[in-house]
Amino acid sequence: MSTTLVSTLSRAAAASARGSWRIRCMATAAGELKKTGLYDFHVENGAKMVPFAGYSMPLSYGSVGAIASHNHVRDSVGLFDVGHMMQTNFRGATATQFLEWLTPSSLSSLEPFASTLSVLLNERGGIIDDTVITKHTASAFYVVTNAGRRDRDLPWFEAKLAEWNASPRAAAGTVTLEVLDGWGLLALQGPRAAEYLQGLTPFDLRTLTFGHSAFVPVDGRRLHVARGGYTGEDGFEISIPPADTGAVARLLSRNPVQLTGLGARDSLRLEAGMCLYGSDLDEDTTPVEAGLTWVIGKDRRETGDFIGAEGVLKHLKDGPPRRRVGLIVEGAPARQGAKIFSPGSDEQLGTVTSGQPSPTLGKNIAMAYVQNGWHKKGTEVEVDVRNKRRKAVLTPMPFYKPRFFRG
Amino acid sequence: MFGLLRSASRPGLAVLRATRTTAAPLASSRVFARTIVTKRFTTDHEAVIYDSDTKLGTVTITDYAQSSLGDVVFVELPTVGTAVKQGDQIGAVESVKAASDIYAPISGTVESINEELSSQPGLLNKSPEQDGWLCKIKVADEAELDALMDAEGYKAHYEQS
Repeated sequence: MSTTLVSTLSRAAAASARGSWRIRCMATAAGELKKTGLYDFHVENGAKMVPFAGYSMPLSYGSVGAIASHNHVRDSVGLFDVGHMMQTNFRGATATQFLEWLTPSSLSSLEPFASTLSVLLNERGGIIDDTVITKHTASAFYVVTNAGRRDRDLPWFEAKLAEWNASPRAAAGTVTLEVLDGWGLLALQGPRAAEYLQGLTPFDLRTLTFGHSAFVPVDGRRLHVARGGYTGEDGFEISIPPADTGAVARLLSRNPVQLTGLGARDSLRLEAGMCLYGSDLDEDTTPVEAGLTWVIGKDRRETGDFIGAEGVLKHLKDGPPRRRVGLIVEGAPARQGAKIFSPGSDEQLGTVTSGQPSPTLGKNIAMAYVQNGWHKKGTEVEVDVRNKRRKAVLTPMPFYKPRFFRG
Repeated sequence: MFGLLRSASRPGLAVLRATRTTAAPLASSRVFARTIVTKRFTTDHEAVIYDSDTKLGTVTITDYAQSSLGDVVFVELPTVGTAVKQGDQIGAVESVKAASDIYAPISGTVESINEELSSQPGLLNKSPEQDGWLCKIKVADEAELDALMDAEGYKAHYEQS
């Protein structure tokens, strides 16, 4: 028995580390991997640690299977260590304008303590990374980017900052970058997340709706809590100073909270129709192709004053050559790399970028890119899995309707 | 997952350590027949349980394989009647996280497949080497078993991997 395609998760790791996720790699590469502040905590809790995005991260805990772990987050509440992700602060009088140069988002119209999904674009309009940007004030932003893209993002930030600060655009004030290295980031996710966290704070969490954040007192600490996540459930992402991460993790992992690893994280986000950078997004993909046109602010389309605007606006105007779509596949699950064909023909329409059996739906779900024109829901296609054509139908995403708390 | 391990080690010429089971029921005319059941393992984590009486080899994945794969959600099996060679891909096991190919541990003709697996793929996790069997192959050449590992050899194989 040999694994032909293994988890897509590993693809988000550094490009040099791309390849199948094999038991052996796990063992040999472990020595060179970085650790989050919770490494020992994971090991104490029986985690199976695997390399992910340059870090040793928990895949699963103890004997809890992938499906049980997934279902626990859908039904109750799970805790994820996402401390490998890069947390940064951008501060300065022209911070809004600087980030509006790096992204196509309308950050000037974003309310204080509101967050938005966004993308960093290269000069061609390709996605360098996807990111969540939280505005605290017009001159202070908190930005979270992917661990696996740190080596691309950080030099990009630094080079663009130097360029910005030396230009007349920074006349009203320069911008600084602070990387929150060593800080913890925990995601508490699930329908019981709010009830659980409410038990630890006097702050009324009903006032904190999806896409917003606040500094919340938790057990005597003042922590940045953002309502949202990567599972399609209500939940919180909590940023924690290095010295407190272990204590907060213990506080957030009591019954009924279950520690949840990367395995369930991937199946949860796929059901929720959320992209994984390195699988579903890359530097040759524009936000229009990726179905992320909604992250481009209306005003920004008109001004076109962001890096990569030309390529993005062209796709907006002429239509993109291909589009990200959802698929439901009959029979065998289609995994990353599976080719998509028009029925009964050898005309390749596209490729699967993420695919798994969905524990919640009991169907094989997949994200894919197909030629523009073949992207409409209900379109029937065929997917090649192990040299056999399997029927598939284009299905709108998300596959699982998110249950965000909107107040 | 197991790809790297495929070429890693080939067992030495394992001495056939047959398990002797009791003979057929008393009512049978073959009271004195002695069936030898041999269990052998591949480096790719399949097992074959060979019955010298029927010449049938029952193909399974190992318990180690099922625990590495996690929850099995789909099993693809060969068609009955297919002639297979040792090492041919004959199917696949899909868990939530991965797809793993199944290779024929021995040459022969596929005599039957475990139909239960289409509705209960979880049998591979619950009982990988018994109720979760994959298919039975009418074995063409018993000598091929010698190239496979016995239980001890297999244990040593996965422990070093």
